[in-house]
Amino acid sequence: MVKFNCSSKSAITSFKVMLKIRKNIAISDSGFVFDPMSGESFSLNPIGLEIIQLIKNGNNFKEITKVILDKYQVDEETLDRYFYDFISTLKQFNLLESTSHG
Amino acid sequence: MEKLAFERPIIQRINAGLPSKHGISRKLEPISHIDEVPIKSLMDEYGSPLFILSESTIRKTYKEAYRAFSSRYPNVQFAWSYKTNYLNAVCNVFHQEGSWAEVVSGFEYDKAIANGVPGELIIFNGPDKSREDLKKAINNGSLIHIDHFDELYDIIHISKEIKERPKVAIRVNMDVGVYPKWDRFGFNFENGEAWDALNRIMGSKNLDLIGLHTHIGTYMMTTEAYRVAASKLAHLAVSLERKHGHVIQYIDLGGGFASKNTLRGAYYPGTDTAPSFDDFAEAITTALMNSEIKPSHLPMLILETGRALIDEAGYLAGTVLANKRLSDGRRATIIDAGVNLLFTAFWYEHEIRPIEPISEQTEDTIIYGPLCMNIDVVRSNITFPLLKKGDHYVIRRVGAYNNTQWLQFINMRPNIVMLDVDGKTHLIRKAETLETINNQEVTPEHLRSFNL
Ligand SMILES: Cc1ncc(COP(=O)(O)O)c(C=O)c1O
Repeated sequence: MVKFNCSSKSAITSFKVMLKIRKNIAISDSGFVFDPMSGESFSLNPIGLEIIQLIKNGNNFKEITKVILDKYQVDEETLDRYFYDFISTLKQFNLLESTSHG
Repeated sequence: MEKLAFERPIIQRINAGLPSKHGISRKLEPISHIDEVPIKSLMDEYGSPLFILSESTIRKTYKEAYRAFSSRYPNVQFAWSYKTNYLNAVCNVFHQEGSWAEVVSGFEYDKAIANGVPGELIIFNGPDKSREDLKKAINNGSLIHIDHFDELYDIIHISKEIKERPKVAIRVNMDVGVYPKWDRFGFNFENGEAWDALNRIMGSKNLDLIGLHTHIGTYMMTTEAYRVAASKLAHLAVSLERKHGHVIQYIDLGGGFASKNTLRGAYYPGTDTAPSFDDFAEAITTALMNSEIKPSHLPMLILETGRALIDEAGYLAGTVLANKRLSDGRRATIIDAGVNLLFTAFWYEHEIRPIEPISEQTEDTIIYGPLCMNIDVVRSNITFPLLKKGDHYVIRRVGAYNNTQWLQFINMRPNIVMLDVDGKTHLIRKAETLETINNQEVTPEHLRSFNL
C-alpha cells in the first residue's frame, strides 16, 4: 500500500538546484526525445521543448521562469505548478540527472 | 510586445499504437451525459459527489435477463435481492417489472412490506431471523428459506403455537467446483445434511415444503457452476417425489451472476469476461430440462440476481480535489468520493472517466478518495488524463452494494438521484446533514457543556 507523501514539494523548484538533462538523451528540434539507455522515446509539445532547451543551456528555475513569464500570457503561480509537474514527469521518465542539493 | 498564448508543458511517452494490456486504446473518452442529461448540470443542482441511477437501464437490464430465462423455460420468476440495493425507488422499479422480494433480515422484510410487496411474494433468506421475524413471516405466508437446524426447530415450535402452516424451503450448499466453497449457509448436499433436513421437514407434518434454494456465491464467472447447482437441486426434487410423493413448487438458484465490472487484478476487463444472461440461462435451464424431473412437474425457476441487474444502472459523479506527487514520483489524484461511498472499490477496478473533454495526455495515476487513510484507494493504477482541481469525473457500474454498504465515515452520505425514462430527475435519497446524524445521538446531561 502506498503512503501519502504530505511534503509534496521537493527541492526541484528551489532556486539553487541546477536541473540537468541526462547526458546521452537525444532531443530533436521537433520535440522528439530518445533515451538510448532504455530505448524509450517521448514527445514534447512546443513549450515543453522550449523549457527542456533552456534547461540544457544551463538555466536555473528562476531564469527559466522569467523567460516564460516574459514571453507568454501566464501568471507565476500557474506556471510554477505546471513547471513543477513537468519536471516531476521528466524525473519519472528518468530523463534528469539525479541532482544534488547545493 | 503582445505575449503568446500559454499551454502547459507536456512530455509524453511514445507508445502510440501499442495496445495496453487489455488490447484497447488508452484514451479515456469523457462521459458527459447519462440518458441524455448532462452530468454537470446534475451536480450543479444536487451537489458533488452524487449518485445517479438510470431507470431505463434498470428496466432494460431486467427485461434482458427475463427474456434470456423465459425464452428457455416455462415458469420463471425473479425476486429482487434487497441487500444489493434497497433504495425504495430501485426496489419498486423491479417490483413494477414483476420481481418479488428477496430479503435477509427483519429490517429488509419490513422494507419490502412497506413498499407494498404482498407477504406471500417475499422470500426470507439468511441465518438471522428472530422468532418475531419468523412469526410475522409465517402469518404473512412468506417463503421462509431455512438456513440451519436451530431455525428449523424454531419454525416447528412456532407453527404449533400459532397454528399456521409455514411455507418453507431449505437452503442447500454444495460443491459446484468453485473455491472457496460457500458452505457457511444452509445444509450441505454432499454429506447428506440437506437430504436429512428435507426428511425432517416431511416428517414434521406441520410445515409445507414448497421449494429448494441455493446461492452458490457472488460474481461467478462460470456458467458450469450453475449447471452443477441446478442438477443437484433437481436431484433432491426427484428424490423427494420418489420417497415422499411430494412435488416441490420451485427451485431457487439464488444470485451471483457476474456484472460487467472488472475484478481487482483481473487481466481482462469484465465487459469481455462476464458471461451473458443467455449463457447463464442456457446452463441452468438445460440442467433442469435434462434432469429426471417429470415435464409435468417442472418447478418454477426463481432467480435472486442482484449485482448483474443493477450495477450498470448506477453512476457516481464528483469533483477532483487535488493532485500531488508521491515520493516515488507517481501522480496521485484525490477525488471527493472514497471507499466510504464506493465500498465496491475494494473488489473492483471501477471504470472512471472525465466528464469534460480534457487534454490528450495521460499518466499512470493513483486515484485516492478524501479520507485520511491509506486504504482509501479508488484505483491503484490507472492510465488517466491529467484532471486538475475542480474537474469532474464519473465512475461507472456502481449500482450494486454501494448504497447499502456505504459508510457514514468522516463525511455524510450525498444525494442520490434517479433519471426516469423521460430523462426527468428525481431525488430519491436526500443527502445526510449534521442534523440527520445528531438526531440519532443522545448526549447525557452531564456531558452537555464544557469550559475550554
Ligand atoms: C441469498 C442471496 N441471494 C441473492 C444474492 C444476490 O447476489 P448477487 O448480487 O451476487 O447476484 C445474495 C448475495 O449475497 C444472497 O446472499
